[in-house]
Amino acid sequence: MDKQNWQPSASLQVLRQRAVLLAKIRRYFDEQGVLEVETPVLSQFGGTDVQLDQWLTTEGHALHTSPEFAMKRLLAAGSGDIFQICRVFRRDEQGARHNPEFSMLEWYRVGQDEFQLMEDVTRLMRYLSGQDHVPVHLQTYAEAFAAAGLPDPHITPIAKLRSAVSARLQADATDWSRDDCLEALMAMVVEPSFRGDILTFVYQFPASQAALAEHVSVGGVTVARRFELFYRGMELANGYFELTDPEEQRSRFEQDCRDRLTRGLMVPELDRRFLAALKHGMPVCSGVALGLDRLMMILLDQTRIDDVVAFPFGRA
Amino acid sequence: MATYSTNEFRSGLKVLLDGEPCAVVENEFVKPGKGQAFNRVKLKNLKTGRTWERTFKSGESIEAADVLDIDMEYLYTDGEFWHFMKTDGSFEQISADATAMGETVDWLKEQEVFQVTLFNGAPISVTAPNHIELEVSETDPGLKGDTATGGSKPAKLVSGAVVKVPLFINEGEVIRVDTRSKEYLSRAKS
Repeated sequence: MDKQNWQPSASLQVLRQRAVLLAKIRRYFDEQGVLEVETPVLSQFGGTDVQLDQWLTTEGHALHTSPEFAMKRLLAAGSGDIFQICRVFRRDEQGARHNPEFSMLEWYRVGQDEFQLMEDVTRLMRYLSGQDHVPVHLQTYAEAFAAAGLPDPHITPIAKLRSAVSARLQADATDWSRDDCLEALMAMVVEPSFRGDILTFVYQFPASQAALAEHVSVGGVTVARRFELFYRGMELANGYFELTDPEEQRSRFEQDCRDRLTRGLMVPELDRRFLAALKHGMPVCSGVALGLDRLMMILLDQTRIDDVVAFPFGRA
Repeated sequence: MATYSTNEFRSGLKVLLDGEPCAVVENEFVKPGKGQAFNRVKLKNLKTGRTWERTFKSGESIEAADVLDIDMEYLYTDGEFWHFMKTDGSFEQISADATAMGETVDWLKEQEVFQVTLFNGAPISVTAPNHIELEVSETDPGLKGDTATGGSKPAKLVSGAVVKVPLFINEGEVIRVDTRSKEYLSRAKS
């Protein structure tokens, strides 16, 4: 890497506009009485998510991949609605839309379900873009698959999902898991079919794809009360109607740890403080994490994440 | 046998896919916020020149292909094979068949240096130099003085390739062309 390359990758004009938008986000939440909080970036406990690769310090602490556990401890302590803007860290994620260190906007609404939170996300998007009529489309995960000409994601046997993957994505999927197939089809077939100028919310994900969301039975199929927002060709936000049952949460963590073990991944110590907070009692709430750099790319009409951050990983 | 993981895929890397030697053209990283990461990879089949698209789970590995590109001078053809000689002073010769030659047969010129691609030691393709000077063998008569209107006409070269040339070019002239775009570049400097 060129050590002489000291200059920012984003233009100063974009950085100034970014600062204006950050202030606008804070104003949005301030006007609604949502409290801004700050939680540790460095944690004693690692996350269990099988797909996220954490950075560990030499002392064994973990850089967080999201502020979720600490924010939920604040909710359990009675904070009420909260939001946070912070840097999160995910190893080995680099590309036009990925930087291993990125900014996240995460917020929680007490007493709201995922549908109310989707409305909240829509209001924020309209407020920030200054366009009151950005169209919104809500569809279930199964509806999104059907619209893309794919088989039902919940009930189709795995062999058929694998042949759909190999036909649509030219992959040798013979040893892929059910979620591998679904995630590949979602990211590379379904998502590219969404219209870029519509806020597209997808909800009711497969139960296996949401470690921290409540489950619900719909027409005999158990699905997760999780949603994602897609806009301008990007995955922008991920939200849950939050799981509050400490025993269920512990058993999902333990399942994650077993999966990590079979994959030969590091198995972290469970976050006892988070589990203790759930045991004390977390209010019914919904929460969402939004990729702030991607939001900036959209609002500032930039095509690469490097265009909206001062110093991406390659220049850090 | 050496293998490469998807995160080592760089443009130009030679890998073995379904037993065919391929070169990585493009490697796009696709990572859902929650979920498995994937690599959407474009590869060029080095035998057929066709582009393949494949999807891999990030971290999957595929075999490296024993592929070597070497510069060789074109000697002659016996009708069935085209004979080339190494330029490293070893005088070692290699013969390529019509499949390996592909469309490059239309660009042949003795003593010109071509790139011969070897897979497991055998030639699978031959690439013409980007720019080459060849004589025009057939074209409509030139329009005298017309050097400005920018029109063009087809011209057949002695090697067999057909290129678009400006109207003022005549049969028997030696011109410099780009073999990739089949575009006329200039009159050859004699």
